[in-house]
Amino acid sequence: MSEGNAHLERLANEEYKYGFVSDIESDQLPPGLDENVVRTISAKKREPQWMLDFRLKALRRFLEMVDENHEPTWAKVDYPPIDYQSISYYSAPKKPVEVASLDEVDPELLRTYEKLGISLLEQKRLSGVKIAVDAVFDSVSVATTFRSELQKKGIIFCSFSEAVEHHPDLIREYLGSVVPYSDNFFACLNSAVFSDGSFAYIPKGVHCPMELSTYFRINSAGTGQFERTLLIAAEGAKVSYLEGCTAPMRDENQLHAAVVELIALDDASIKYSTVQNWYPGDKNGVGGIYNFVTKRGACRGRRSKISWTQVETGSAITWKYPSCILQGDESVGEFYSVAMTNHRQQADTGTKMIHLGKNTTSTIISKGISAGRGQQSYRGLVKIGPKADGARNYSQCDSLLLGDECGAHTFPYLEVKNATATVEHEATTSKIGEDQLFYCRQRGISEEDAVSMIVNGFCKEVLRELPMEFAVEAQNLLSVSLEGAVG
Amino acid sequence: MLEIKNLHANAGDKPIIKGIDLSIRAGEVHAIMGPNGSGKSTLSNVLAGRPGYTVTSGEVLFLGRDLCAMEPEVRAREGIFLAFQYPVEIPGVNNNYFLKASLNAIRSHRGEPELDAMDFLKLSKEKMKLVEMPSELMGRAINQGFSGGEKKRNEILQMLLLEPKLCILDETDSGLDIDALRVVAGGVNALRGPDRAMLVITHYQRLLDYIVPDHVHVLSGGRIVKSGGKELALELEEKGYGWLEKGAA
Repeated sequence: MSEGNAHLERLANEEYKYGFVSDIESDQLPPGLDENVVRTISAKKREPQWMLDFRLKALRRFLEMVDENHEPTWAKVDYPPIDYQSISYYSAPKKPVEVASLDEVDPELLRTYEKLGISLLEQKRLSGVKIAVDAVFDSVSVATTFRSELQKKGIIFCSFSEAVEHHPDLIREYLGSVVPYSDNFFACLNSAVFSDGSFAYIPKGVHCPMELSTYFRINSAGTGQFERTLLIAAEGAKVSYLEGCTAPMRDENQLHAAVVELIALDDASIKYSTVQNWYPGDKNGVGGIYNFVTKRGACRGRRSKISWTQVETGSAITWKYPSCILQGDESVGEFYSVAMTNHRQQADTGTKMIHLGKNTTSTIISKGISAGRGQQSYRGLVKIGPKADGARNYSQCDSLLLGDECGAHTFPYLEVKNATATVEHEATTSKIGEDQLFYCRQRGISEEDAVSMIVNGFCKEVLRELPMEFAVEAQNLLSVSLEGAVG
Repeated sequence: MLEIKNLHANAGDKPIIKGIDLSIRAGEVHAIMGPNGSGKSTLSNVLAGRPGYTVTSGEVLFLGRDLCAMEPEVRAREGIFLAFQYPVEIPGVNNNYFLKASLNAIRSHRGEPELDAMDFLKLSKEKMKLVEMPSELMGRAINQGFSGGEKKRNEILQMLLLEPKLCILDETDSGLDIDALRVVAGGVNALRGPDRAMLVITHYQRLLDYIVPDHVHVLSGGRIVKSGGKELALELEEKGYGWLEKGAA
C-alpha cells in the first residue's frame, strides 16, 4: 500500500464525529406498540381527542399492514426484519420540557447542541447570521429560538406539540392532507406514534426574514425517532427551511421514520434543505440509523414553488423520496440531491413529481456517489396527468463510483398522460478516473484533496442550491464521509 | 539535476523501457524523439510517478534524491512538472480554483506563504498574457469544452505559474496548429533559464524549430539509440527513424 493510501486508511478509521452520547435522564416508554402506548404518548402530550383519534386510526391501519406484510420490499436495500414490538416509541429528557426561557433548559442539553455546533442561546450567535432553531431531542422539541422576533411578522414557528395545543385549526386543516395517515407503511407508523417535530406557518405575503431550522438528535438507546414536520406558506409567502440530524454511535440499528408535509398556496415558495448525517454504522455495517422517511410537498396554489435540496451522507439505510404534487397551474417543483454511500451504507432515494396543473414544471438533479461497498439507487417518478397541458420535466441523474465493490442503479419511472408534455431524462454513470486523480497529484495536490475536489465538483449543481452556511458544512461532510474511499 | 541510470520500467506488466541512461543538468533543454511505441510517453509517466508504471531496475535521482521513492504529488512539489499529452477534463472543478490550490500546495511545500485570491488573480493574469489565454477559460471547469489548443495553453499556463525545476513536455505539439504552436513555444521559452531543465518529448522536428534543444536523443525499443546536438533532429526529419531502428535491433 502506498504512503498516500495508508494515510487515507488512517483517516477512514477516525470516528464519526457526532457519535457521543449525552448523559441525560430520560423518561422512556418500555418497548412495544399497542393502543396503550399510543394513548400514553397522546396523554403525555395532553392532546385533544381529535389528535388521539387520528393516531388510533393510524395504529389500527398499521397493525393491519404488519399482518398483511405491507412493509415495502421494492426498494433495493437489504436489512433483517424489524421487530416493531422491540422498539421504544417514546423517550424524552426528564427535566421539564416546557420551559419559559432557555435558562431553564437542562445545561447538559445545551452542551449537547453546542457540541453539535448549534447554539440555542440567541445572544451567543455572533456570526451575524440569524437562524431560528427548533431542537428536537429524541422524542421532544427542547427549544425553539427567535420565536418572538418571528411572531412580530405573524410567523408561527414552534414544536409540533405546541402547535396542536395553540393552533389546532391549522393542524386539523393540514395534518395528513399531503401524506395521509395510510399513505405507506412507515408514514402510517409515524402517524400513530409521532412524538414531536416542527411546525411553521408563514402568513400571507410575508417573506420569512431568517432561515428556519430544526436540528434532530437521537440520543437514547433502543428508541426510534418519529417526528413530524408541517410547513405552510400562505399566499405570496416565502420561507427557507433547513434540517440537520445526528445520532450517537451504537451497535444496534435505530429506526427513524419521519413525515414531512409542505403546503404552498398561490405564489408561495418553500425551500426545504436537509443535511442528513445520522450515524451510518461502522465500516462493517454494524449499527447505524434506518432512515425511512416520507417527505412530500403540495403546490396547491397557482405559481407556487417547492424546492427540495438534500445532502444525504449518513444512515445505514436511506429510503426517502421527497416529492412534489404540482396541483396549481404554473407551479414549480424542484429536487436537488446528493447522496453518498460509503462502506456498507445503502440508499434508495429519489423523488416523485406529480404534474396535475397546467404549465407546471419540475427539475430533478440527482447526484449519487458510491464508495467502499456502498449501494445506491436513484428511484424517481415523473407523472404527467391528463389535464397538465404544457407540463415540463427535466431530470438528470449522475452516479459516480469510487472503487470496484460499490454499486449505482437508476430506476426512472415515467407516466405521461398528456401529449403536450415535455419530459427529458439524462443519466450518466462514471468512475472517478485514475487519470483525473493523477492529473491533480501531478500538480501537487494530495490524493484525498483531489478526491474531495472531484466529488465536490461532481455535486456542484446541487450544493449551490443550499443556503450559504450549510453549503460549506455539506462540502466538509462529503469530504469526511469519503475518507478511506480511495486506495 | 536529473540522473537516469540503467532504467528499466514496465507499463502495466509490459516491459517498455529497457535500459536508459540520461543525465540532464540545470539550464539544459533535452529533446527525446522517437517513433510511436518507442517508450517516449512511458518515460514521462515513469518520471512523474503515474500509477501503473513500475520501475523494475535502475534508478532515477532528482537533485541527488531517489525520485522513485516519492509519491507523485511530492515529485510535483519538489519541482517536477509534466505537461500532459492529453490533459484530462474534470467537470465541476473550476480552473481558477484548481490552479490556485495547486500553486498553494507547492508554495507551502517550499515554505512560502499561500497566495490569496487577489494575489493569485494578479499573477495568473500576467501569465495568461504570455500564452494568450482568454480569461473566460479560467472560470470554466478544468479543460471542459476546451479546444485542443486551449488545453495545451492551459498546461503551459500552469507551468508558468508553478515555476518547476524540471519541465517535462509530453508531445505538447500534438494537435496544435502553427499559430498555437508558436504561442505554446513562446510560453515554454519564457521559462528557460539557468536553474531550470527541460525534457521535450516529441515525434516531430517541427516543435524543435521553436524550442531549440541543447541535446537530442533518439529513443527506440526502450533505449536511447543515438544522441547528438540539435542538428540530429533535422537529420531525423530528413531520413525518418528507419535507419536508426535497424541499428538498434
